[in-house]
Order: sequence, then structure tokens, then C-alpha cells
Amino acid sequence: MDITSPSFKENATRAIGDKSLQKALGNVERGFIYKRAKAVAAVPAFETLRDAARDIKNHTLAHLDLYLEAYADKVAATGGHVHFAETAADARDIVLDICRRVEAKTVTKGKSMITEEIALNDHLEKNGITTVETDLGEYIIQLRGEHPSHIIAPAVHLNKEQIEADFRRVHDKLPPERNLDEPVALLGEARAVLRERFLAADVGITGANFLVAETGTSIIVTNEGNGDLTQILPRVHIVVASIEKVVPTLEDASAILRVLARSATGQEMSVYTTLSTGAKRSGDPDGPDEYHVVLLDNGRSAMLGTPFEDMLRCIRCGACMNHCPVYQVVGGHAYGWVYPGPMGSVLTPTLIGVDKAGHLPNASTFCGRCESVCPMRIPLPKMMRHWRENAFARHLTPPSERSGLGVWKFLARRPALYALATGIAVRAMALLKPKGGRFRTLPFASGWTRHRDLPAPEGRTFQAMWKDRKAGK
Amino acid sequence: MGDSSHSRPRVGLLVTCLVDAMRPTVGFAAVDLIEKAGCEVDVPAQTCCGQPAYNSGDRDGARLLAEAVIAAFEPYDYVVAPSGSCAAMMKQHYPGLFADDPHWHARAERFSAKVFELVSFLVDVRGMTGVEASYSGKVTYHDSCSGLRELGVREQPRKLLGSVAGLEITEMKDADVCCGFGGAFCVKYPDISNAIVGKKADNIIASGAQTVLAGDLGCLMNMAGKLARDGSKVKARHVAEVLAGMTDRPAIGESE
Ligand code: SF4
Repeated sequence: MDITSPSFKENATRAIGDKSLQKALGNVERGFIYKRAKAVAAVPAFETLRDAARDIKNHTLAHLDLYLEAYADKVAATGGHVHFAETAADARDIVLDICRRVEAKTVTKGKSMITEEIALNDHLEKNGITTVETDLGEYIIQLRGEHPSHIIAPAVHLNKEQIEADFRRVHDKLPPERNLDEPVALLGEARAVLRERFLAADVGITGANFLVAETGTSIIVTNEGNGDLTQILPRVHIVVASIEKVVPTLEDASAILRVLARSATGQEMSVYTTLSTGAKRSGDPDGPDEYHVVLLDNGRSAMLGTPFEDMLRCIRCGACMNHCPVYQVVGGHAYGWVYPGPMGSVLTPTLIGVDKAGHLPNASTFCGRCESVCPMRIPLPKMMRHWRENAFARHLTPPSERSGLGVWKFLARRPALYALATGIAVRAMALLKPKGGRFRTLPFASGWTRHRDLPAPEGRTFQAMWKDRKAGK
Repeated sequence: MGDSSHSRPRVGLLVTCLVDAMRPTVGFAAVDLIEKAGCEVDVPAQTCCGQPAYNSGDRDGARLLAEAVIAAFEPYDYVVAPSGSCAAMMKQHYPGLFADDPHWHARAERFSAKVFELVSFLVDVRGMTGVEASYSGKVTYHDSCSGLRELGVREQPRKLLGSVAGLEITEMKDADVCCGFGGAFCVKYPDISNAIVGKKADNIIASGAQTVLAGDLGCLMNMAGKLARDGSKVKARHVAEVLAGMTDRPAIGESE
């Protein structure tokens, strides 16, 4: 997928002016924020559950090598195959090789951000393999040739009417008179089409929410059951997951599950929590003949032991973006790559480079709402600040900002000079005597006055007035 | 100064650069409230807490300013700021700036323990339960982010406002959601900031309040500027002005 993060600012401006997008983004608030708040309020010990979830991941990350080894051993013992992939390209090639070996023509896919990260669909399609997204949201954006705008609600940027129009355009067996006004009718229509694709698929590819070291199990959570059909019906099931998905035990996975759905959709649990261990055994009524796990690193092990290690606790619940005032007005595509919102603002620079993604950690007010809802207690603003520090140290900060900061810093360390300078500036502004007590335009403050009036200063500095007061003037 | 005054806690007021330059009234209101809470107030020579440098990624610059602030305010029993954002910088972020320097780190820890946001200081530290002030009309209170999420300022201002004669509090929708100011953010990303403050202004207007109050001048200037540009008559004031009864000056962005 093309990276447009360097033009984040322009992307954002366009998104803010897009009426249909703005209407759709209203669903984020209605669909997620209130439901999460209600679900969280219903569990008195929610804060304790968050602590427990954080601790489990911290422990796992501290011993990641051990748990990965244990996990890989278990998968092998249950008849599955583990493939380690250092880079996105490695992972793509491993998947393609498996598909070629089993002569796959059609691949069905469960919803997976990791396959977005490695741009798997493009790669398979280029090599003559048809990929079919089976999650409703993913299916819709695949029809439109788009990418997810949200990590758990890929089509949240669309309105119902747009989806209906797409179905009528693409589904040739759909009678024009069929009423699709209700969302459930849209779902029914997608299901009918997908059913045939499920049965035709040679390989099913899913992501994983957890990899359990104790049992060699991969776990996915879904609400549509499409994941189950993706991994049970085809001959081959390939799980693509990044290394930090591993947890020690089933008990640990269930502890984190208690915060996942509540934080994501405000459900107590997702409708389906599906555990897969190995291929079909003799006597099993169904299941794949082959079970593969592609374990992707793609820069994650390099985050261990750095200020960004905390980010590896992320369970991709989406709460941070749902609650982000910036995401709420610009939507996910503006961020310009796979991961949007606060978690993307931290993760994207590690994956595509801070030179390309430098805007993302800067485009935050540091309001801290993301951290306050993150079930894994990831200090997202702190890590965005780390990126700013990193850019500053490497002189990537824009020169105008840097020199402005330099002048300000020089003055700020010299209180007498600072008092003089602010005194002059404030008096000069007051002398302009703007009408009504505020400036509608001001040459050096156009960033402010483009959209807002600038309240004028009262006329003297507090420190000057305080001095007078102390002197009894 | 007589001996009796020394038995009262000595408070160093960090007035904040914005209040110093733009709205000294807030500084005097803070002085008045801290004195009413039984303390002696002093204003040592000062510039800025260093947050602009810190949030721009200039950690060394922030650290130099933090050293100056700590040195200037060390003699006081408490350090109080009429801003959740500057107080949070000093209370929550200063020690981390000195992680590699045990001497300064210890100094920063001792300093940070004495730092408070103004209204939280009045209520949580000094046990203030009400004020003698009056203000007529409906007000709505915006929870500025740092004060709310880093310092737990939420009930304190509402509690004191509840004691102001003639004042009625009406809560707006999403009072705890960011106004889009974010320091340099609002000029670096003006269109995004505008979209966020646009929602805030709509919520303020929909609350039916005639005045919006908050504890941070940056947010207030942002909201006042947007409300004015939208043609709204809602006034904006720092919560300290109302609590101190200093509301004879024009509201933020208004003229005499
Ligand atoms: S950073 Fe936290 S809130 Fe955001 S997706 Fe990850 S776990 Fe969820």
C-alpha cells in the first residue's frame, strides 16, 4: 500500500472537508465510546483487570525468547508448522510458497491487520491467487479497493448508502428491487455471496489475537463467525501473527480477553472466541489438513529494551483511536499507512521510519485520553514524545520551529531579558487596540487567526504589575 | 514582615507565561485565593516551566528551564500554578528529566511533591470548601486535559463554583474532551485544531451557559477565539477570576 503519511497534514485537511466521511465518523462516538464506558462501568474491578493484563504482557516480553520457543515446540508437537519471518517480504514469500505448493487458486481471509502490514493481498494477487476478505467490513473495502481506516472497524469511514451502492455495482445476482435499507439486509447479502467463496477456497488465512505457549494454540475473536469458516473449510490454514502475540498460558489469554472486547466494542466477550490447535486429527469431524503459523518480527524484537517496548503490549482493541479527538475528525486514512490513531502514531514510525511518519507523533494535543482508556496501560503520549525527541535530536524538526524554540529558550533562561521582551511585545499588541478586544488577523499568528480570533492581552505583564504592587505603587 | 506571617505556609506562585503576558488578572485572582486560603504568596522572578521545549522533543532545553524553576522555587513550602498543564509539567514530568542525575533527580522529586494546580491546592491541600463571591448566570466548566488526567482535577472546581452566589453550573456534553489547543499543536495543525474546537464550541453553546470556565488560559483563549469567530456571545473566563470575585474586567477576548 502506498504510504501517504508524509502528507498527513493535507490528508487531514481533505478529510475534514469531506462531508460524507464526517458523517460516518459520527459512528465512532455512537458505536464505541458509550458502549465501552457502559461495559467498563459494569465491572467494578476493571482497573485491576487492566493491571493484570499489563503485567502478563510485561512478563511475557521480558522472556519473549523462551515463550516463543515453547510456543513453536508445542505447535510442532501438535502437528503444525511454524515459520519465522524476519521481514514483511519474508512473510509474504512464506505464505506464497505454501499457497503454490498446494496449488491454491482462491484464498479466504479472516480480518487481520498483520496481513495489511505485510501487504499480503497485493502479493498473492500479483502471483495469480485470488484473495477474498470474509469479514464484512474488510469485504466492503476490498470491493472498493481501499484499506482499513480503523483496526477493528475497517469500513467505519463509510455510510450505509455507499455500501449499498457498492453491492449493487458488484453483486450481479442481486435483484435491483431487493430492499437493502437495513444494515442486516446488507449483511445477509454479503453472506450469501461469501458462502460460495468459503466453499471454493483452498487456503484460509487468519491473524491471531493470541498465541498460547502452553498449548500451541492460536486464538481469534470475531463477531461474524467468518473467521471460523475461513480456518475450518479450506485444506490449509495459515495463521500470520507478529511475535508479541504470544502469552504463556490459556489462563493468561482469558485474563486479557476480559479487557479486550470491553475496550474494543463494549461487549463482555466477542461473539466468537475461536481456538485452533494443529491440523485436523483422525476422528475430528472437520478442520484443515495443514496448519501453518508465520511468526513475523518486522522490527518488533528491536523495540525490546527501548522506550518503545511498552507498545508491544498492544492488543489492537482500537480504544485509543475511538477516544482520540484527532482521529475523530480526520479518520484513519489520513494517517497514511496501516495503523491509524494514537497506536499508529507510535508504531508507524518504527515500521516505516520517523522521516516518513514524523507528522504522526506530532499531530497530538497530548490530551492523554488514549492512555486513560488503553486496557494495556500503554503510555502513548509519552512514546509520541519520544519520537519528537528522536526527531529533534536528528535535526528532523522543521527549521522554523527549531529557531523559534532557540530564541524562546535563550530568553526563557534570562528572566530579566525575558521580562523586558514580553513587556514590549505585550504593550505593542495592546497598542494595536484591536476592535472588541481581539484580533481577527495577525500576521505572525496566522496559524491561529485563520480559524479563531486571538484575544488581545490586557496590556501589561503580571510580573511588572506585581513589582509595582510590591513597591506600593 | 512580622513573625506571625511566617507561621503561614509560603507559596511561590508560578504565574505561567500565558497569564503573565496575556491576562494578569488571573495571576492576581490566584494570589487573592491563595491568601484567602491562609497562605503567604510570593512571585519569584520566572519565565516558563519548559513545557514548549519538552513537547517539541527538546529534552535538554526543557531540563535547563526545569533547573531554573526548581532553583527559583525551592525556598517555598508550596508551588502553585493557575494552570493544570504547567502544574502537571512540574509535578509529573520534572523528575523524569533528571533520570540520569541522582542529585538533580532527588531535588526534582522534592520540588515536584510541593507543586499543585491552583484549585486543587485550595481544596485538597488547604481544605477550602467555599468562597465569598458572586457571579450571575449559567456557567459550564471545561475540564482541561492535563489537570483532569494527570492531576485529577475534576470535582474541586465544581465544588468551589457551587458556593458562588448566583452561579448555576450546567454541564456540557463531553466536558472532559480536549478543546484542540495542545500548545504548539493549534498553530502547527490549525485545521485539525479548528475541527476539534469547533465541536467544543458547539457543545458549549448547546449547554445553554452564558460563560465557559476552565483552569487553563491556553484552552480558554482557544475556546474564546472560536466562539467569537462563530459569532457566539458566550463569555470565557478563568475559573480563578470567578472564585476570587474579580470579574469586573472584560472577559477573555472582550474589550472594556
Ligand atoms: S494502544 Fe491500547 S488502546 Fe490502542 S489499540 Fe493498543 S491496546 Fe488498544
